[in-house]
Amino acid sequence: MSANLPVPLLEAKAVAKHFGGVKALRDVSLTIRRGEIYGLIGPNGAGKTTFFNCMTGLYVPDGGGFVFDGAPLVADAPHRAAERGIARTFQNIRLFGNMTALENVMVGRHVRTRAGVLGAMLNNAATKAEEAAIRQRAIDLLHYVRIEDRADDLAKNLSYGDQRRLEIARALATEPKLLCLDEPAAGMNATETAELRELIEGIRRDGTTILLIEHDVKLVMGLCDRVAVLDYGALVIEDVPAVVQKDQRVIEAYLGA
Amino acid sequence: MNKWLNPRSAFGIALITIALLGLPFVAAMGGQAWVRILDFAILYVFLALGLNIVVGFAGLLDLGYIAFYAVGAYTWALLASPHFGLHLPIWAILPIGAGLACIAGVLLGSPTLKLRGDYLAIVTLGFGEIVRIFMNNLNAPINITNGPQGITLIDPVTIGGLKFSGNTQLFGLTLSGPMKYYYLLVALAILVIIINLRLQHSRIGRAWQAIREDEIAAKAVGINTRNIKLLAFAMGASFGGIAGGVFAAMQGFVSPESFSLMESIMILAMVVLGGMGHIPGVILGAVLLSILPEVLRYGVGPAQMALFGKMLVDPESLRMLVFGLALVLVMRFKPAGLWPSPERKRELSEAAK
Repeated sequence: MSANLPVPLLEAKAVAKHFGGVKALRDVSLTIRRGEIYGLIGPNGAGKTTFFNCMTGLYVPDGGGFVFDGAPLVADAPHRAAERGIARTFQNIRLFGNMTALENVMVGRHVRTRAGVLGAMLNNAATKAEEAAIRQRAIDLLHYVRIEDRADDLAKNLSYGDQRRLEIARALATEPKLLCLDEPAAGMNATETAELRELIEGIRRDGTTILLIEHDVKLVMGLCDRVAVLDYGALVIEDVPAVVQKDQRVIEAYLGA
Repeated sequence: MNKWLNPRSAFGIALITIALLGLPFVAAMGGQAWVRILDFAILYVFLALGLNIVVGFAGLLDLGYIAFYAVGAYTWALLASPHFGLHLPIWAILPIGAGLACIAGVLLGSPTLKLRGDYLAIVTLGFGEIVRIFMNNLNAPINITNGPQGITLIDPVTIGGLKFSGNTQLFGLTLSGPMKYYYLLVALAILVIIINLRLQHSRIGRAWQAIREDEIAAKAVGINTRNIKLLAFAMGASFGGIAGGVFAAMQGFVSPESFSLMESIMILAMVVLGGMGHIPGVILGAVLLSILPEVLRYGVGPAQMALFGKMLVDPESLRMLVFGLALVLVMRFKPAGLWPSPERKRELSEAAK
């Protein structure tokens, strides 16, 4: 996919959010194009995760808003965001610990399936077919992130790297147009990070746009098509990695003036 | 599906069927009182499995479950007794009772959606008490519930001309009223077991479990947590309503006294003690907790006489003492319940490490 398609997938328009007197986001505007890997970086406390939470509906912004895929996003309704096609992972992994890896991914299919209480009680042909399709899709996704051999293990018993992968598989199960990864490489060693990078590139190749929040500057600069830098809740720059890397304000933000 | 064709499980099912069919005749040898105790055991299985949807599956602590049972019971009492002169058939009353209980469930559920754990428990406890107090006081200015006197002469269950009160001759066997209710209750209990099993392994059941595990993550994958939680309250409440209807018909009498907080706690204890969220465990918990006090009632006195030759302690107080002690011991040595699901067992043993 070309990174220069005219219609952006997501537009943030002057998004503001404050907690008491702390201004976590100051009129942040940015644009994510279809098919790109978009990096969002910044020092600790710069407002990256706050931005994420506003976008995915966990927080209600105090100003501004988002246009996603041609229509505005409704604030304060996380499940709507998933319905519209925004999936996310969490900085501090949030899996359903006492469910198996397979069940975790099956839960991810919830938003794209319909069986209700009546279907479950009657267990009719349509429900059975849907259930079989959910299971098959979940198995396929576990293969996709290469943890199919852990399918029947409880999520909490998976290794750290596998948990990260499982969270991505669960997010992919919702068939997102935009996959948001909140520090997926945190706590990973070099080999795991390289594998993660491969996985992210694969997901993009298969047609999903990716928003990546990351501390690992090397990973972001190597992987992303464009990068935005936040500092003290404000957007510093939004450009291709080569330009961002050389920007004086970014160097200051990271190294201190 | 294929496991049903397996000869071993087929044999098991045949054995259970024979046992379930024959049980009331065995109990009847000890008198009809024992058949009634059996009836209540099955009724509690039904109630506990209804509450299991709310507490076990969705993880919402509900201390006012008996309110829905009360709604169902009073629905039957008002629609099939001389109190209002109405005598509707079971096919009309049970769905109305379930529907009203379901509405009550949504009424309780909607203001409590953002609450969890202890806070939810307090609100549901209050709700249970409100319903009971309503039943107690709705005799003025217009007499609806007849207040603390309760409603008497309630119609028994009648299906296709078969009255469930009094004796019936069938194939040379004499079936007493409690025996007929037993079979009706077993049929209802099997139905609720099947529904529980199917819900547990369905899209909705997974969503409930996901909410129990991590509500924020559940929202992030697109689960409408508000609706799915309300659904749990509504489903659990409907089963409570059906159980209440059968209870009113079986007793022929309802009064607010039957719907005290103690009853809510007992049903919750059945779910927790048996093994939260695990259907066989909940059934075991319900049967044990409903039968044990009765066994103690008949057993404690004679046991004292045999051991000491005289009554040392009043049997009624000793009965509750032994019962309470049994509960404490189970929770001390089997914190996940008597028959927990394998996952839950692992969960707790790991937490203890």
